[in-house]
Amino acid sequence: MSADVELQNVSVSFGNFYAAKNVSVKIEKGEFFSFLGPSGCGKTTLLRAISGFSEPSDGQILIGNQDMAGIGPNKRPTSLIFQNLALFPLMSVADNIAFSLEVRGTGKVQRRKRADELLELVALSGQGDKKVHELSGGQRQRVAIARALAIEPEVLLLDEPLSALDLKLRQKMRTELREIQKRVGITFIYITHDQGEALTMSDRIAVMNQGELEQIGSCHNVYESPRTPFVATFVGENNAFYGTVSAVDGDMVNVLADGHNFLAKAGDLGEGKKYTFKKDDKVIMFVRPESIFLKDQNNQADNIFTAGFKAIEFEGNLKNIYMSIDGKQNVRCSVSNAVDTTDLSNSKNVELKFSSRDAVVLPVGPLAVD
Amino acid sequence: MKYFFNKNGPLISTYLIIAISFWFVFLIIIPQLYMFDLSFRPNIPSLLRGGPDDVYTLIHYKHFLFGSQTSGESYNYVDVGVFFNTLLIAILITLINLCFCYPIAFYIAKVASPNTARLLIVSLIIPFWINELLRSFALRILFAGEGFINNALLKLGLIDNGINFIAMDVALYTGLNYAYILLMIFPLYNAMETLDKNQLEAAEDLGSSMLKTHFRIVIPHAKAGIASGCTMVFMLTAGALATPVVLSSPNTFWFTQLIYQWFNMNDNWPRGAAYSVVLLSVSVVFVLLMMRIFKVKIGEIVR
Repeated sequence: MSADVELQNVSVSFGNFYAAKNVSVKIEKGEFFSFLGPSGCGKTTLLRAISGFSEPSDGQILIGNQDMAGIGPNKRPTSLIFQNLALFPLMSVADNIAFSLEVRGTGKVQRRKRADELLELVALSGQGDKKVHELSGGQRQRVAIARALAIEPEVLLLDEPLSALDLKLRQKMRTELREIQKRVGITFIYITHDQGEALTMSDRIAVMNQGELEQIGSCHNVYESPRTPFVATFVGENNAFYGTVSAVDGDMVNVLADGHNFLAKAGDLGEGKKYTFKKDDKVIMFVRPESIFLKDQNNQADNIFTAGFKAIEFEGNLKNIYMSIDGKQNVRCSVSNAVDTTDLSNSKNVELKFSSRDAVVLPVGPLAVD
Repeated sequence: MKYFFNKNGPLISTYLIIAISFWFVFLIIIPQLYMFDLSFRPNIPSLLRGGPDDVYTLIHYKHFLFGSQTSGESYNYVDVGVFFNTLLIAILITLINLCFCYPIAFYIAKVASPNTARLLIVSLIIPFWINELLRSFALRILFAGEGFINNALLKLGLIDNGINFIAMDVALYTGLNYAYILLMIFPLYNAMETLDKNQLEAAEDLGSSMLKTHFRIVIPHAKAGIASGCTMVFMLTAGALATPVVLSSPNTFWFTQLIYQWFNMNDNWPRGAAYSVVLLSVSVVFVLLMMRIFKVKIGEIVR
């Protein structure tokens, strides 16, 4: 059984401080939904409100169309996986997993049977008699998932459970979590500050900043059509060119920035609508580093400009080239490691290009500073 | 040893060694050994000590068991009775103390905000700035026939005649319970404080009731603290003197009062020593037995 979760104008306040402000979102049945945002943006607060550990000061939370007001965490059809997992160190792995059944009075034999089933689901067969501290980080992760699934919740809530793992394991667990979600078919609500995690696993993402929802959409939508400068810079990397609108032609906007006249598309407002700009509007044009190419690369581009070379950074599969226009506007371009950049380091100026389809114009607003 | 000296410097090292050995040897080992030795000697004037009459004997232990130094025909029901009564009540008081202190400790450790917790700890400590004897007398005043509690109950019309709390030993049990409350609360608090709050929330999220969470998560985690608190309260209650002297009814005797009598009123130090040895060894054996039953190791208790 899986249930949809609906937040209707949910606010959570502590005194005068609003940790979450007027959040409305409908999470579909069986969806893998992520709340993405920097620490302190209110995503954990929302998760605690959904799980029942705190009550919203305003608005309603509906799970499977049932209002959750006044229902405690032990009575909600949700299960929460804590950031530090909160496994019980004095119990065996099987006892941990079957704890929810034990407190409901299920017999010992049946508990063990269910624990073994779940251990198989998370690929830990035969580890039931071990103590928690005998397991590796990734195995503990899976025990936590199994424990949360034992009561067959309709919604699984995950509070950055992968953040304590090292990179390789984290990448592996992403794939695994996604697979487990598909197998059990219930709604997953995932909280993270790691955009990579959100993008790889989720069906949809809600980007949060300072307690408010900035944008809800599919991974592609959030990445390719950011609605605010915050989303543009928080999800993935982005070059921000501050400038003014010099001409508007339908959805295409001419932006005068750093002495160049760039052509770019107006940002999406959602529901098929676009931002409308007029001449002399102050705007920011965003171009992702991987959408900027060296002039001699074989890509279509209708914007060409020159920037002074500063440094090159080797990242393994990618190379980041750092440049600046007139020493003021920083430009970053990422190219595949296969691209030959030996000449670059010797030259002062680099000719660059990008397509107007890959450039997004948004009204001026705060960026995500890291 | 060399490492110890290098690490702490000669001055501090010497001071530490002297202070600790003084405490251990002069304040613990020697008096206990002396007491132990004394308990096997006859009660003779100090002039005859070391003379031909000063031989090892079991008469004091015999007296404790049989009420007579020579015959073993009938048991010393009075003294043995007082002894077991003392132990039994000490156990009872320890259990009541545990039940009383557990919620307080849990509240301070896991529920209260840091500021409230500090305030509560201070308000628990401050009453103990007052001397134990004075606290006992204060309770006596509260519980006396014309005391505060009786007067209040009479005024409220809840009772028609004053209740003799002293004779019913209500005052004694209250006093003993209160006397060592901190020694129960602090080990419990220390143990519970280290429990990850997420564990409690995880248990709740998995559907556990408050009571079950305590039995499955909190108590197993705090086991060592519970053992430590119970041990201290039991030992100190069984060995309490001031509170029973002030608060016990004329019919109730605490075993320490008997020991006190042998030492002070009857001037029979060896017999007092023998009674002390009995109390100490039975208490220690009992505590060790309990620790074995509840599978607590000594190392965990002092942690």
